[in-house]
Amino acid sequence: MTQSTTTTRSDPALRGGITPAKPRVATVWLDGCSGCHMSFLDLDERLFILAEKVDIVCSPVVDPKEFPPDVDLCLVEGAVSSHHDLEKAKLIRARSKVVAALGDCAVTGNVPAMRNFWEVEELFRRAYIENAEYPDTPEKRKANLPVLNVPPHERIARPLHEIIKVDLFIPGCPPPADAIFYVLTEFLAGRSPNITQVTRFGK
Amino acid sequence: MTPEDLHGTVLKQQAKHGNYQHVFNVCMESGCVSCNSAAVVEALEAEVKKRGLQKTVCIKRVGCLCSCAQGPMVALDKGDTLYKAVTAADAPAMLDALDKGGRVEHLDFSSKQPFFSRQLKVVREHAGYFDPEDLDDSIRVGAYEALRKAVTEMTPTEVITEIANSGLRGRGGAGFPTGLKWSTVAKNPSTPKYVVCNGDEGDPGAFMDRSMMEGDPHRLIEGMAIAAYATGANRGFIYVRAEYPLAVKRLTRAINQATRTGLLGSRIFDTKFAFEIELRLGAGAFVCGEETSLLSSIEGQRGLPRPRPPFPANSGLFGKPTLINNVETYANIPTIINKSAAWFSSIGTAKSKGTKIFAISGKVHNTGLIEVPMGIPLRDIIFDIGGGIPGGKKFKAVQTGGPSGGCIPESQLDIPVDYESLMSVGSIMGSGGLIVMDETSNMVDVARFFMEFCMSESCGKCVPCRVGTYHMHEILQRIYDRQGTPQDLALLQELCDMVKNTSLCGLGQTAPNPVLSTLRYFKDEYTNLIHSTPTTEVLP
Amino acid sequence: MTMSPTTKPPAESLTLTIDGKDVSCRSGQTILDVARENDIDIPTLCQLDGLTTWGGCRLCLVEIAGSSKLFASCATQCTEGMNITTQSDRLLNYRRMILEMLFSERNHICAVCVSNGHCELQSMAQKLGVTHIHLPYRYPKLTVDSSQDRFRLDHNRCILCSRCVRVCGEIEGAHTKDLKGRGIKTFVINDLDQPWADAKSCTTCGKCVHVCPVGALTERGTAVSEMAKRRAFLPYLTSMREH
Repeated sequence: MTQSTTTTRSDPALRGGITPAKPRVATVWLDGCSGCHMSFLDLDERLFILAEKVDIVCSPVVDPKEFPPDVDLCLVEGAVSSHHDLEKAKLIRARSKVVAALGDCAVTGNVPAMRNFWEVEELFRRAYIENAEYPDTPEKRKANLPVLNVPPHERIARPLHEIIKVDLFIPGCPPPADAIFYVLTEFLAGRSPNITQVTRFGK
Repeated sequence: MTPEDLHGTVLKQQAKHGNYQHVFNVCMESGCVSCNSAAVVEALEAEVKKRGLQKTVCIKRVGCLCSCAQGPMVALDKGDTLYKAVTAADAPAMLDALDKGGRVEHLDFSSKQPFFSRQLKVVREHAGYFDPEDLDDSIRVGAYEALRKAVTEMTPTEVITEIANSGLRGRGGAGFPTGLKWSTVAKNPSTPKYVVCNGDEGDPGAFMDRSMMEGDPHRLIEGMAIAAYATGANRGFIYVRAEYPLAVKRLTRAINQATRTGLLGSRIFDTKFAFEIELRLGAGAFVCGEETSLLSSIEGQRGLPRPRPPFPANSGLFGKPTLINNVETYANIPTIINKSAAWFSSIGTAKSKGTKIFAISGKVHNTGLIEVPMGIPLRDIIFDIGGGIPGGKKFKAVQTGGPSGGCIPESQLDIPVDYESLMSVGSIMGSGGLIVMDETSNMVDVARFFMEFCMSESCGKCVPCRVGTYHMHEILQRIYDRQGTPQDLALLQELCDMVKNTSLCGLGQTAPNPVLSTLRYFKDEYTNLIHSTPTTEVLP
Repeated sequence: MTMSPTTKPPAESLTLTIDGKDVSCRSGQTILDVARENDIDIPTLCQLDGLTTWGGCRLCLVEIAGSSKLFASCATQCTEGMNITTQSDRLLNYRRMILEMLFSERNHICAVCVSNGHCELQSMAQKLGVTHIHLPYRYPKLTVDSSQDRFRLDHNRCILCSRCVRVCGEIEGAHTKDLKGRGIKTFVINDLDQPWADAKSCTTCGKCVHVCPVGALTERGTAVSEMAKRRAFLPYLTSMREH
């Protein structure tokens, strides 16, 4: 398992088990545009403050192959669109104490849910055959419908809380870095954030 | 028409009737017409003619004879002999039986059974024994006598006092005291005023008002005219759903007859009182049975409810004081005026006076139209009058009040039928639909059915009803399909509370009632369906 | 149930209590009017000064002491001694639920909406603390009418507040807009349910666009977040007519 220096340094084992463990935070990217993670990175120098306080045990920027156990807070970006997303969401729920929906896709379905008016097959035909220019004929394109490397899609893309219990909602597209920082700060302080003070749908 | 003319018509008609030795009353209301009672009339008439009995035997086209499911129904003379499921081919046998003084065995339907003997006919006192299409025949049995009495012998205030003293409450469902409503309109100095009749009967399984309009249209006109006299109105509207073509036809005919003979129009019974009635047809929206929607519809607007207050009594049709009552309420008026408030209030319970007409249907032996005194136990209606549950099945619930009402279980059957008791068990009196269900009915399905009805009949004006009924229906469907979760049930209850308390009009405010009452008495049916849901796999 | 004759005496002065505060008003004023005069905020979506009362959004419901029912403050006239509560946990819960119902009813995708940042539904959700929609979304497949040169009607965003219908009929006098269908199948239409461009009665005044609280009626050529509404004309026109 590849781990970032942040997690390695703060691993209780390496510190001889003397210091109490920092909260284990994960961030996950389901069906979204990664904008929420970009906004997360927009914490900029506040990332250092954060790194002092938590262990980022799983994230697109940490990239473990498997979702780790005993996560204290998991921020989930993106709607639940595919079978893979669905399984992952359930795994996240089972292994996290607190699950937060990060951004409008996870909170409301948002743009990924705009496909919900069409059947998956219709959608794929539109995207990979009708709208494609290469290969040169529709027949050849049909042969290239992505079946192998794309996990089967659910009939509709859904917000996270329709699949698993969600404890915190952080709307916004993307939620501003300030809002993310506020939520994390409040969480670490053991308070429940008043989220609509800092962000809203579509922010 | 003068008071003397009215009296003259009564005498003339009674004398004419005295000549008949026998009268065959053949039901010509929608139920019996649909199983071809018209052919029975024709066959009887032809047979009478063939035998040369025109002077002694009368064939009469009449209103409902109660046993709608047994039609075509025929009553001989005063109804001691009743025939059911009569066909045209039975005509000779029925006439033969007259000579022998007996009955036609295979058609005989006992008039002594509780279905008839437990009824008390006040509003329907003559229904079934006169021709509703014939003004003179209606006058023979007393039509317009109360109107004559009111306009020639009473002041408007006296009329209102009489109605108030009678304890009559609105028969449309909510049970608002009729006298109080009338006096509010009467006291309002603004003019013109309107009198409106709500004949937009839309509850599934309800056909009391249809029967009233088809079987005794002149009584309705008379009741409205008395109301107009009492409140100071000169124009009235009857709003009937277009799905009742026969009622529309008979009301049109009755209004024309009354107008032609001066029972409507100016100088009614030679007094200064003037009143005219127009018929307005609904276009198939259930919500137009809600009074403010109905008024919008009469005005030519989209049939949408308005917030109350202001109540129609103060600002109704075209913004003017408007008295709006249900068909059955108006139909009670002539009897009260004729027989006195004291007589009327001697019937019924402390707070619910008089009788109530119910359309009893579903899983009972005797289905049809019944008029019973207020306060009669529900159990008696279902097991005595209705004759119990057919096929050896067990009774499960009775639904009253249509989509706004609730399902009442066996344990509550001994409550008396009155406004307060029905409300206390989570249902309402409603307009009078009474649907009996046996053990084969699934109560979640029943709730789902009524919610589907409310969802498709919601007008869409207010958010809670428009969207809430949709979500409630989706959840009920999910639960019924065994796809529901405990969270669904919690959400359903949350929605019920919210839609009930925040909707704009009665449709939305009462739409959750079938769910709430089935949840109250049959919650295990919900939980059984939820627990038989295939469990989702649990991941580590 | 109270019924009082609607005589119209000269406007008398009434005193009542709103949220514990003693206020006075003239008879004939609605609870909403009086609350606003006294800086008491009651949320609304369908109500707009200058248009007739609709009473459909139900956000402005308030409690009146002595009645278990809730009253739409936009449609209820004040009476002497009324004791009104405009904020309570119960009311807040109902108001949030109403907003959630609106979000779940059609496709409100704020992030890609031209009205993003200028939308009353969106800001109301923020103000009332709606963080997510706990009702299942319907995802109806709806159309967008772009036939008209200057304006666009996007049914995906419509909340059926009927402001456009009222401004078109009552202020512009064109009555191009109306509603069709009922219940969850209710839609705003132009003339006889024609494409907007074919609606001959439309004067293309644009009033409907600017009273629309959401992104259902918009000007063409606007990109995400660009569609700010201008409503100054409405109080101006109404006061012109009154004087």
